[in-house]
Amino acid sequence: MTSFALRRVLIAAPTLFIIITLSFFLMHWAPGGPFDAEASLEPEVIANLQAAYDLDKPVAIQYGLYLGKVLRGDFGPSIVYIDRTVTELLAIGLPVSLRLGLSAMLLAILIGGSFGILAALRKNSSADYAVMSMAMTGIAVPSFVMAPLMSLIFGVILKILPVATLEPRGSLAEAIPALAPITPYIMPVIALALPQIAILARLTRGSMIETLRQNYIRTARAKGLASRNVVWAHALKAAALPVVSYLGPAVASVVTGSIVIEQIFQLPGMGRFFIQGALNRDYPLVLGIVIVYAVAVIILNMIVDLLYGVLDPKVKRHA
Amino acid sequence: MSLFAAQRDAHNALLEGATAIQGRSLWQDASRRFKANKAAMAGVMVLGLITFSAIVAPSLSAYSIDDLDWMNITAPPSLETGHWFGTDDTGKDLFVLTWIGARVSLAIGVMTTAVALSIGVIYGATAGYVGGQTDNAMMRFVDVLYALPLLFFIIILVTVFGRNIYLVFLAIGCVEWLTMARIVRGQTLSVKQKEYIEAARASGAGSAVIIGRHVLPNVVGPVIVYVTLLVPTNILVESYLSFLGLGVKEPLTSWGVLISRGVNTIESAPWLMLIPAILLAVTMFCFNFIGDGLRDALDPKDR
Repeated sequence: MTSFALRRVLIAAPTLFIIITLSFFLMHWAPGGPFDAEASLEPEVIANLQAAYDLDKPVAIQYGLYLGKVLRGDFGPSIVYIDRTVTELLAIGLPVSLRLGLSAMLLAILIGGSFGILAALRKNSSADYAVMSMAMTGIAVPSFVMAPLMSLIFGVILKILPVATLEPRGSLAEAIPALAPITPYIMPVIALALPQIAILARLTRGSMIETLRQNYIRTARAKGLASRNVVWAHALKAAALPVVSYLGPAVASVVTGSIVIEQIFQLPGMGRFFIQGALNRDYPLVLGIVIVYAVAVIILNMIVDLLYGVLDPKVKRHA
Repeated sequence: MSLFAAQRDAHNALLEGATAIQGRSLWQDASRRFKANKAAMAGVMVLGLITFSAIVAPSLSAYSIDDLDWMNITAPPSLETGHWFGTDDTGKDLFVLTWIGARVSLAIGVMTTAVALSIGVIYGATAGYVGGQTDNAMMRFVDVLYALPLLFFIIILVTVFGRNIYLVFLAIGCVEWLTMARIVRGQTLSVKQKEYIEAARASGAGSAVIIGRHVLPNVVGPVIVYVTLLVPTNILVESYLSFLGLGVKEPLTSWGVLISRGVNTIESAPWLMLIPAILLAVTMFCFNFIGDGLRDALDPKDR
């Protein structure tokens, strides 16, 4: 198990290096730079600006300088957000994005998983059809349609949840002040989790049905185990495997989904900084965010892999 | 002579009988199962209708995509004005915009899938066929890419190289081939063991011929299923990009562009978002039903 974990860590380092390199050269490859928009600037001013951000040096040297800085935890100054370093902006954005993403993942696993099990146990019942049609809707209606609709219903019409950080009169947070720090996150988390709930519910259902058909489940039933024990002690562990292996890609889609969700709900997370940075060619900001996201995704993937190793003895033997 | 003729007639009679009781092929079985699936057939019909409308509908309206109707700005859908889906805040006819957007969205879905299909099939078939260390290295690389939030790379690509529609095709396609490669590789690995591959090799066929003529035709089933699921995924990816302001540019439009502009007026003019959003969702439903139907038809052991 330890060697398996160690190998995972060893693979993570080159992955991260590839990501940094790829995004660095992608950003610098194309014609045009961050100061193109300000056409009225004197050439000397532009030269000074470029020198301040190391942009006057050859790309290879810039790359070396950048790698050295990143290793020391310095992502450089932002170009769009004047007088802010990228590290400062990340310190604002990361907690918001983490809270949003992790809550959405947790919600998706809990609800998607239990709905899937429910549907599998009552296969072809009305509960099954209800869960599956909900799942279909969750997959077919994109989050950027769902999110504004939710804002309209819960924020504008019912006035219980804040719209874009503005608390309406008579909102939940006004009625129960203790909830005030959570209310801005309720809708974004649900909107972000919905597609994953849908996919996880379908996956869990399929894999649970498949598992319940296995011979060892029949044996367990035949020897007189209570149905509850069969499901929870025998079937669930095996049925969880394909679901757990989807969690890695799920993390990646939650991360990308959060860009849109942060934009819609005006949350000051990393996704909004990323879009601002990308649109304005803010190299240090974009690179910094990509690196942080990549680290987060890699760590979460490692956790998923380890979980998989715990659940599936075959993985351990291979490692 | 007459003896030969008699023999030939006898043979022909036998052959005729043989064709009359010809067995059903795998594909005929599959198509019969698919046609029995009501949801999938409804999906095919509705999708056909949407595609047909995308081609024909814009020319049915009295307005063109460039017309600005100053008398009807953000007008709700109505039959009298001829703005069947209403107008947006510049007086453009939403009916025309929506169906032009449908063209772009569907085209992007199909083109990006074609790109992803080509890369994924070649990559996966090579890895699976060659096997060994090459396969290991190639699939390890896919694993690494799999872990990345690839939309970021699309966003960087699009911001860096400008919002060009062909670039959007290429960027999405270059990023969405991973699952395809995995599927094709897995199938290739299992097909490779079959006797007919051995027979082909024994009769002197080269690797390229074996992959192209014997392996690929036999991995086609799961690939078709995945293609029907990849098209809607890619339509969604394009909508995400458009929503972030990184999709297709004016005067072109897509469902994603229309939805993102409609969101701003969701309280005062909800139809601007709802109509394209409903069409997008219906298209997603259709593709998913068709995909599910194809999977059940081609791989009946499930369910």
